[in-house]
Amino acid sequence: MTDYVLQVDDLTMHYKTRAGEVSAVNNVTFSLERGKSMGLVGESGCGKTSVAFSLLKLLPDNAYIKNGAIKLNDVDIVPMREEDMRKLRWSKISMVFQAAMNALNPVYKVGDQIIEAMENHNLVETNQAARDHVADLFKLVGLDPKLMDQYPHEYSGGMRQRAVIAMALSCDPDLIIADEPTTALDVIVQDALLREMIELQKNLKMSMIYISHDIAVIAEVTDRIGVMYAGRMAEYGSALEIFKSPLHPYSFGLMSAFPSIIGDKRELTTLPGEPPDLLSPPSGCRFHPRCPFATEICAQETPEFKDMGNQHYVACWHPMEAN
Amino acid sequence: MCADQAIQEPLVKVEGLQKLYPLATGIFKKTSGYIHAVDGLNFEIADGESLALVGESGSGKTTTGKLLVRLIDPTTGAIRMQVDGYEKDIAQLRGAGLKGFRRYVQMIFQDPYESLNPRRTIFDTVAEPLVVQGIGDVAEREQLVAHYLDLVGLSPPDTFLWRFPHELSGGQRQRVAIARALVVVPTFVVADEPTSMLDVSIRTGIMKLMQSLAEQMGVTYLYITHDLAVARYMSNRLAVMYLGKIVEMGEIEELLVNPLHPYTKALLSAVPVPDPSFKRQIPNIKGSISQPINPLPRCRFYDRCPIAAKVCEDNDHPPLDDKGAGHLAACYLI
Repeated sequence: MTDYVLQVDDLTMHYKTRAGEVSAVNNVTFSLERGKSMGLVGESGCGKTSVAFSLLKLLPDNAYIKNGAIKLNDVDIVPMREEDMRKLRWSKISMVFQAAMNALNPVYKVGDQIIEAMENHNLVETNQAARDHVADLFKLVGLDPKLMDQYPHEYSGGMRQRAVIAMALSCDPDLIIADEPTTALDVIVQDALLREMIELQKNLKMSMIYISHDIAVIAEVTDRIGVMYAGRMAEYGSALEIFKSPLHPYSFGLMSAFPSIIGDKRELTTLPGEPPDLLSPPSGCRFHPRCPFATEICAQETPEFKDMGNQHYVACWHPMEAN
Repeated sequence: MCADQAIQEPLVKVEGLQKLYPLATGIFKKTSGYIHAVDGLNFEIADGESLALVGESGSGKTTTGKLLVRLIDPTTGAIRMQVDGYEKDIAQLRGAGLKGFRRYVQMIFQDPYESLNPRRTIFDTVAEPLVVQGIGDVAEREQLVAHYLDLVGLSPPDTFLWRFPHELSGGQRQRVAIARALVVVPTFVVADEPTSMLDVSIRTGIMKLMQSLAEQMGVTYLYITHDLAVARYMSNRLAVMYLGKIVEMGEIEELLVNPLHPYTKALLSAVPVPDPSFKRQIPNIKGSISQPINPLPRCRFYDRCPIAAKVCEDNDHPPLDDKGAGHLAACYLI
């Protein structure tokens, strides 16, 4: 039997707003094998960060999980109480946030902040042992251990992001969620950090969910890819397969709109229209108003998210191969 | 197209352009040195072409763009531009001369959420340059604004004229910013990362719009971006900046296949490729970008260069020389 670190089943998460309920995550189903990495890709507002916050149950006051199960190591965390959840965060599931500057407290030394995270999970026996552990983590993410006694402002952008990754690794979690960790960085710094993350993921056999809007980054980092559109998972499968033969017209459109510096200069395609307002999402398949292959049924009924073979899932009435 | 341009005078000729920012320290704010944000640029932009300026943050690309539209004043250097058939040194313009010049150059900014005044209607925003330049009366302006909104794909224009920026999406806002820049029919437009805040599915539309408008109206672009793949689609020529200097310049397709400068090579190999089966080379570069504060008289790239030699340390920053067929590079070792 396959060992899954995470199984998300039919997850629906809503925000309550004055204008009505926004269904930010809608019937999302996917699972991740232990030791593998998956990418969540999609445009702003498609729900990728909302999925991440649901997995950690770090939801704002006006948001709630309406339906579905999130099984972390085969235990459903949706009904779990906050105090129990707090024990899981960082020790079983941790997150690397996009804005590393905001994720670190400016008035504490970086090393002390990591030790504090470990203390909260009773992982600190002596101060020296904790410092040694932080030094090891720093070496692991490519930082000089001497830097642990410095403050965040003394770090460059890339160094801060490495420190945040070290912090996320500090309690040896089963699953790491990285939300756009390299988006604010320049390409050369981004390249170094991506290589580091790929190494770490492989060497530590870490299970990782990597969230990004940049399909080129996702292509390089992850084994599996989930493409999200308007709160729903449009397609989920192996990275190689999705890039070689995408099944959902949206994945196809996303890839053909993405420029590359490698190979012949091909014509970029434009997706017509704009992503929908989730306060009143389109009926049926949420992509149908922008889809070149849409027919009557697409506007009427929501397509089932089904396995097309080889664990390649798609929610589409007219998957690309048929076209 | 290229053959015509070779005989023509270039639209913009930049000579020895420099911008220094003083660094004030201590309680008396004594000037302790200078940040060499843009340091001795020489380049030309032909009429109707699009030149892309790429580099990491802090390389001076936005400063260069702002200098060319005179949003900031250069410390030294000349910016010669063909304006109405006459060559003018933009760097020397003051007062009314500068205001008149703004009719010929415009800028499109990165963030459409910041660059539009939230309290003004779309009509007010797009008509503003017309009012400032005294073009047309109210009725004519309304007609012109409607025409340009239509041109940038905000149609029917009547439904957009009286709306406010918060009622529009990011892509629509950037279209408004483009209409505002083009409504005075400029000859030269500086576009500073106009698509970096937009989503992929929206971005291509804006890129194509800017290209087709440039062809229709004969606009010349300086396209500033950190994204080489976007530059490839928006421009024919590319200039790579590093710490206030242009280190390499040439035809973009040639530059992508045959980069000469070690910095350009590193930059190209650091760009992620949207293909999981493609394995990139590890960028050959040391350290990270610093600030050009009181730079030593040696090659700016010396600290990070994998092939640096004694000649690079003993001499001032190398000149930007033609290494054959219009492919320029600033390096002693090429």
